[in-house]
Amino acid sequence: MNKGRVWKYGDDVNTDVIFPGKYTYQPMEPAEMAEHALEDLDPDFAKAVQPGDIIVAGKNFGCGSSREQAATCLKAAGVAAIIAPSFSRIFFRNAINSGLPVIELAEGTDAIQTGDQVGIDFADGVVEHDGKTYGFPPLPPEVLAILEDGGLIPHVKKLLAASA
Amino acid sequence: MGMTFAQKILAAKAGLDSIDVGQIVEIEPDICLSHDNTAAIAKTFAKIGVSRVKDPDKFVIVLDHTVPASQEKYALNHKEIREFVKINGIRRFYDVGMGICHQVLPEKGFALPGRLILGSDSHTTTYGAFGAFSAGIGRSEMAVLYATSRIWLKTPESFQIVVHGHLTDPVSAKDLILHIIGTIGADGALYKSVEYSGEAVEVMSIASRMVLCNMAIEMGAKNGYCAPDDKTTAFLADRAEGEYTTVFPDDDAEYEQVMEFDASALGPQVARPHTVDNVSPVEDVAGKPIQQALLGTCTNGRMEDLRVAAKILEGRKVANGVRLLVLPASQEILLEALKEGVIDTLVKAGGLLLNPGCGPCLGAHQGVMAPGEATISTANRNFKGRMGSRDAEIYLGSPATVAASAVTGVITDPREFF
Ligand code: SF4
Repeated sequence: MNKGRVWKYGDDVNTDVIFPGKYTYQPMEPAEMAEHALEDLDPDFAKAVQPGDIIVAGKNFGCGSSREQAATCLKAAGVAAIIAPSFSRIFFRNAINSGLPVIELAEGTDAIQTGDQVGIDFADGVVEHDGKTYGFPPLPPEVLAILEDGGLIPHVKKLLAASA
Repeated sequence: MGMTFAQKILAAKAGLDSIDVGQIVEIEPDICLSHDNTAAIAKTFAKIGVSRVKDPDKFVIVLDHTVPASQEKYALNHKEIREFVKINGIRRFYDVGMGICHQVLPEKGFALPGRLILGSDSHTTTYGAFGAFSAGIGRSEMAVLYATSRIWLKTPESFQIVVHGHLTDPVSAKDLILHIIGTIGADGALYKSVEYSGEAVEVMSIASRMVLCNMAIEMGAKNGYCAPDDKTTAFLADRAEGEYTTVFPDDDAEYEQVMEFDASALGPQVARPHTVDNVSPVEDVAGKPIQQALLGTCTNGRMEDLRVAAKILEGRKVANGVRLLVLPASQEILLEALKEGVIDTLVKAGGLLLNPGCGPCLGAHQGVMAPGEATISTANRNFKGRMGSRDAEIYLGSPATVAASAVTGVITDPREFF
């Protein structure tokens, strides 16, 4: 079981508050992106986030732009996983493609608060909080394979090497 | 059992007779779009270890987001894209000044019925107005498409949104889509394929259908769709880049939800800060002072939008203390608006004409706001910090509402001018 400290946010956290548009077309390495993570939502986050921390949020996390930096910056900031009742479609893909696990948890997120400890068992599809456990649906095998390879680019490199 | 539009087109692209909702398929898109993010995509592409773009004619690249470059960083970004385009023999490249990608792509005849179009921009949904299946993807996925031309997609459930009756001038497609999003919520159509139909959609111009499909993403949809008809054929007549086949949903297709709306009773709508689904009738926000009014973007920068604004601003002046920014969505529209005298009217009224492109919409340059300011905008997003300061406010409305508000200096019901 992976355990982590929680940062809790509300519904509809959009890509503009995760990674502002003004930085989107500036060449930037992931480490620099991490310095701007959640800048317009929670200016404390980027300063205080620790590797292994977990974001727990409300519905429709990552709505808005297709900007992949919204996922990359959180991954680079050390976020181990994001748990929410639902994710925007493009953000969901971007997160998987960046090697950042996203967990669709239908119930239990309301009770989780900033600073809580949460455990995640990816193999069994279980989230643990405050002595209670909640199941989440496994990812389709095609998608899981990308995550397991550490993201889309290493995954495709592996496939291309295998077929060469 | 019949199939929805999404099922039919994904089945066809995957070479299958039928396809189930939820089924994952690997397909080859017909057209792929990227813009100022191409330099970043090219860098990711380089990591894959494939030396050249596999099928350069699949890719359309439009520089529109930070044009012309206002900073050295943006200039460098554009330079890298021009080099990438040259090295890889990408012919379908539109440099600064041609307009916003979502306008340029249809104008150049790439948004065709029955096409599968993917773009590394969330408003790629716009091309559903032509009966294409079009959706946004991320940068890494675009990089992989450069290398392999292939991608996986999941077959979505579908919603049918039926709009009865007719909109009454100056109420427009923008008011309608704001009302729909306000009703069903920012995640109301999360991951769904949304098919718009009904009398109001049938009589709508192509430009207005583009508004509906453009903003499908703002309720979480994967794509939007309007059935192609004579208007589509007429628009494409001198433009279509190649043959196309129309795709329609079956009559007995199965929808997860059918939602009905009535256009005839609808008045102007405004989305208040800071979410697109925070919608109310214009009356509820009327009187709110604004410092900036923005007419343009991929949502509402077309001729019908500029025309209605010009109608309101003809012989009037923009209020003291208000900056009216005018951005035609493309060079083609700019030329037409010049010819028609629309630009003349808007500028004489005190409007500031900016070059075709995204302008301040994404907050990167040209007309961003200071803390404490408010803009009424025809764009599609009002997220905190999107247009400059995080302590500024964005209200979204139709071109008519934006023009009327520019005249009075406060958010105003455009029906007062009709
Ligand atoms: S006009 Fe705005 S919403 Fe449209 S593509 Fe440009 S930045 Fe995106």
